[in-house]
Amino acid sequence: MPLEANNISFRYRTDHWILRHLNLAILPGEIVGLTGPSGCGKTTLARLLAGYARPEAGRVLLDGQALPTSGYCPVQLVSQHPEQAVNPRWLLRDTLHEGYVPDEALLLELGIKNEWLKRWPNELSAGELQRFCVARALGPGTRFLLADEMTTMLDAVTQAQIWQVVLKAAGERRIGILVTSHDEQLIKRISHKSINLAPCL
Amino acid sequence: MKHQEAITPLLEVSDLSISFTQYTGGLRQKTIRAIVNLSVNVKPGEVLAIVGASGSGKSLLAHAIIGILPGNASVAGKMVYAGEPLTPARQAALRGREIALVPQSVNFLNPLMRVGAQVRSSALNGNDAAVQREIFTRYHLAAGTEQLFPFQLSGGMARRVLVATAAAGGAQLIIADEPTPGLHPAIVRETLAHLRELSTAGRAVMLITHDIIAALETADRIAVFYAGATVETAPVTDFRSEGELLRHPYSKALWQALPQNGFRPVPGCQPSLDDLSCGCLFAPRCPMASPHCLTAEPALRSLRGGEAKCHHAA
Repeated sequence: MPLEANNISFRYRTDHWILRHLNLAILPGEIVGLTGPSGCGKTTLARLLAGYARPEAGRVLLDGQALPTSGYCPVQLVSQHPEQAVNPRWLLRDTLHEGYVPDEALLLELGIKNEWLKRWPNELSAGELQRFCVARALGPGTRFLLADEMTTMLDAVTQAQIWQVVLKAAGERRIGILVTSHDEQLIKRISHKSINLAPCL
Repeated sequence: MKHQEAITPLLEVSDLSISFTQYTGGLRQKTIRAIVNLSVNVKPGEVLAIVGASGSGKSLLAHAIIGILPGNASVAGKMVYAGEPLTPARQAALRGREIALVPQSVNFLNPLMRVGAQVRSSALNGNDAAVQREIFTRYHLAAGTEQLFPFQLSGGMARRVLVATAAAGGAQLIIADEPTPGLHPAIVRETLAHLRELSTAGRAVMLITHDIIAALETADRIAVFYAGATVETAPVTDFRSEGELLRHPYSKALWQALPQNGFRPVPGCQPSLDDLSCGCLFAPRCPMASPHCLTAEPALRSLRGGEAKCHHAA
């Protein structure tokens, strides 16, 4: 059953629509690329799909139902700015274990070192923090992953490493993925189809 | 500008080491080494790109140069700017004037200040409002943008505001720390073209980036960092086809991991400098590693118009 955006519209200010009558469906196990110029609403769309914001009109549906409002959300968002997506006053162990406790093998594959768990977010680089954000988003309850510029801040070797882990999990557990990126080569490499979002005027 | 070995570097960093002191409980402290014996230089009229592993100390280098490391950091080694040593007092006098930083995180914007006012505060010459408007126009930031607060900007717009802030002053050395991730290709090209333009006008630009393709289009030389050390410096022309002209195995791995070049990861992760007391830092992941590599640290040596820190490089 798909994750759908059903004729959704959204605006931050009354005089400017960010998204207007947008329809989108992601099937389980499907990898969809999303491209478009900056400011066209890619991140907004990801936030709407994950339930962090509500559309002004239209609905976001998972299996034909609204997203659950409590418990672990089956739609997980990995944001473009990891430093803004973790609680600065929590040790990384607490951030990592908030939703579930990932096994050692996953941490190893993602290159997360044990000693990092005892650190504060400001003691790691953005690329190191992003590995935690990826790990916590791959919980057993995850059915859709929204990767908003997930590996933009990483070097090419680490990017390939993280995508290898995510694509393996997606293949095994039929997780659907929306990949937002400006890197056309990356989209071409990993996604089954891609959508270009035009800015609303 | 290519081939300018004779020109004196504007900034020369040699044998730089950075470590942090941390409390591990009570009054017990431990030291974490982050950068060890790092050397790099940048000349006027040149764009030097620094690429490499995330967490290899690229941003720390930038912060060390302008002297904004946190209080628990200790710095050793030599930094020379325009022929004179960079002391903390000189760094405080130069930063924001002679040396400008385009920071990596959009968190560096003041969340309570309108972005127009932030850019105006760094315009040191002439009418600051006019300078700010001209720069906003150049970066395609709409007229109303100056009235917005940082949380109202998209990721890409926030990046452009950061670049605009550095370009508004008259700095001679511009250190751009990841100025382009998450930007649309057209804006990336334009931002990099602007950095290139600044270097053509005789300024020195240090471009820290993950985007090797962008670095290739902009830079004269590329320095590759791994685990807090420079492993290779190469002219941009060496990055092509299968990467056979590259000197260090990590540079080759980086090149071959690009989505368009094979998307091949290297197993394992970057070592923390405290795990290894001797030997080559890349040896645990290196396909060419021999027993010698695990016991003797290679020196950075000149090779075919570049430099490499590898026993096997030829």
